[in-house]
Amino acid sequence: MVQKLIVSPSPHVHSGDTIQKNMYNVLIALIPALLVALYVFRLDALIITACSVLFCVVFEYLIVKYILKKTPNVTDGSAIITGVLLAFNVPSNLPLWILAIGCLFAIGVVKISFGGLGNNIFNPAIAGRIFLLISFPAQMTTWPAAATAVDAVSSATVLGNLKLSPEALPSLQSMFLGTEGGSLGEMSALALLLGLAYLLWKKTITWHIPISILATVALFTGALYLFDPQPLYHPLIHLFSGGLMLGAVFMATDYVTSPMTKKGMLIYGVGIGFVTVAIRLWGAYPEGVSFAILLMNALTPLINNYTSPKRFGEVVKHG
Amino acid sequence: MLKTFRIGGIHPKEQKISAGKAIQTIALPGQVIIPLSQHIGAPCQPVVKKGDTVKVGTLIGKAVGFVSANIHSSVSGTVLKIDKALDASGYKRDAVYIKVEGDEWEASIDRSPALIKECILTPGEILQKIAAAGIVGMGGATFPTQVKLTPPPGAKPEILIINGVECEPWLTSDHQLMMEKVDEILVGVTIVMKALNVQKAIIGIENNKQDAIRLFSEKVKGYPLITIQPLKVQYPQGGEKQLIDALTGRQVGSGALPISVGAVVQNVGTLFAIYEAVQKNKPLIERVVTVTGKEVKQPCNVLSRVGIPINDLIDMAGGMPETTGKVVSGGPMMGKALPDTDIPVTKGTSGILLIPTLEAKRKAMKDCIRCAKCISICPMGLNPTLLMNLTEYEVWDRAEENHITDCIECGSCSYTCPADRPLLDYIRLGKGKVNGIIRARKN
Repeated sequence: MVQKLIVSPSPHVHSGDTIQKNMYNVLIALIPALLVALYVFRLDALIITACSVLFCVVFEYLIVKYILKKTPNVTDGSAIITGVLLAFNVPSNLPLWILAIGCLFAIGVVKISFGGLGNNIFNPAIAGRIFLLISFPAQMTTWPAAATAVDAVSSATVLGNLKLSPEALPSLQSMFLGTEGGSLGEMSALALLLGLAYLLWKKTITWHIPISILATVALFTGALYLFDPQPLYHPLIHLFSGGLMLGAVFMATDYVTSPMTKKGMLIYGVGIGFVTVAIRLWGAYPEGVSFAILLMNALTPLINNYTSPKRFGEVVKHG
Repeated sequence: MLKTFRIGGIHPKEQKISAGKAIQTIALPGQVIIPLSQHIGAPCQPVVKKGDTVKVGTLIGKAVGFVSANIHSSVSGTVLKIDKALDASGYKRDAVYIKVEGDEWEASIDRSPALIKECILTPGEILQKIAAAGIVGMGGATFPTQVKLTPPPGAKPEILIINGVECEPWLTSDHQLMMEKVDEILVGVTIVMKALNVQKAIIGIENNKQDAIRLFSEKVKGYPLITIQPLKVQYPQGGEKQLIDALTGRQVGSGALPISVGAVVQNVGTLFAIYEAVQKNKPLIERVVTVTGKEVKQPCNVLSRVGIPINDLIDMAGGMPETTGKVVSGGPMMGKALPDTDIPVTKGTSGILLIPTLEAKRKAMKDCIRCAKCISICPMGLNPTLLMNLTEYEVWDRAEENHITDCIECGSCSYTCPADRPLLDYIRLGKGKVNGIIRARKN
């Protein structure tokens, strides 16, 4: 024997899939929405997104290295995603010091204090957004009008108007394409749907969570609209406005904080859909997607516990 | 839409670089080492002693108990000793060392190439011949064939399923055998159908073996009871339960045998061995082995006698590349890594795969990111990441509730995991533990 042979149990090959590849696929899927944000908010969008990513990556690096005294692994891409998603959830004129607090909370408290990637209970970006919304309600709910709009003054969002002054509603087309006011990444349903198509094509996620959320919102509001056809219940307005699309495609599908079985994913998605609509229609806040996701994040371990995959031979078929 | 099994599955790179390479016979070495345990079940009792002369086909190990298989000499010569030898399991176990002298066969063996189609034996006589010839499942599981062909009381076989799937990447031994021995395999099918008294047989072949599908479809025209079914390429389709599901739509329940849905599964290599045993009186003393790997100079399919050291086969393929870090007996998904290359070929050696050091080393495991990919690809519909955790924390009752014993150890979970978690290592450990607990409870 010339050389020593490696002996290990099977399998002896690996697919080559890595955590990085999955994370970078999500980042690629976020590009269309980022381009829309850059087009609508110009330099502001760039500054907010770049700073948010920078804050998240730097905070993770510093905390892991100097507080936990472990080797930081910021290249896995998860901190970058948190940065982008948090940026996508804030107005483009948010002061940077507030953004920094949000990033610190998301990375330091929500992610790392639970054990880092894979062990956090709540989605860091969602929790960071809600933390900012509660702490800085004024700054978080004053949206500048799109730079592309004629009169560039602050305006309420579609969902804000829905309850207060339904006559000021924009056209569905502009909501779909992304020329109405709102947070950075929520602008264009079309861009987010492109991202969804990419993630499904790359098999980074399955259809179960995003589609069950969107279908629940559409069916729930659609049923109400049938009884009482007023704009408040219009299913398309609900689908294309606010953070629903962003939440359904990118935030609710976070691997770590969503259920692992197909059945569980459907329960989770339907739950998010219901809670979102309930908050939008009857809650104090105009928007409910992030609260809905946070709530269902909390229920995820329970859902995992009570759902199991469909086993081979469970239903013995004699064909 | 091509048929396949309905739950999970993966599609690793096929890498069948030795496909289409004609089967070459390897020269006899000076000495062979024939292990007395080449099958699942009790090891054989040696019936020769030091100094005995043997011929090719002489019985040297007698089956002990019900689940066991005879072992015959693969060469002619003199028995040197009966001693421990390292085998593919990594353990040293009893083996017969034989010095090779000439190549003289037992007179009872018909060595002519003539095809004998007619089989006038009764089912009982067929089973006796199969048992005498020491035939085992040649797909790798090495379960004694006569046991598998003897249905438990009350069970009635309805259909014979033939595994021509060869779903492991790299391996081509079954494929090449199918190309060269199609007539013999089909006669083998009729013999087993007669032994089981079934009126229907389906041969499943994956769609990456178009030539074999064409050849068998042509040849099968003379056999009205046999059908050929092309299958979508999907691992682990060669698993018994998966193959039955793919071909018949019947799912064998947890802990049950294929016979519970009326099916008996046999591998094409086994059917060829059955043909030779029943029609030619030839015991199982040689088999086709694929020798292959990324940096192997001449990947090939070798007809090797049992007991020839794997080294000789590697030399036949152009020698061991310097970069080799791992030598696997079998395919990359379910094969065993060998500690040494002096280990002899046995009845279950379907391939020798040489893996370069760089690819043989495992990457460091990361925390689970709960992507659930292992759940969606598990062909048994299990939750691999949960089973790994339950094993790690030794929660055996919950591991049992979550059907850890259903695992077929196909390795798809470890293969898929983006966090490089050794899921199957843990599950295998937990499965053994839970099986032990279940046995203890029954006693």
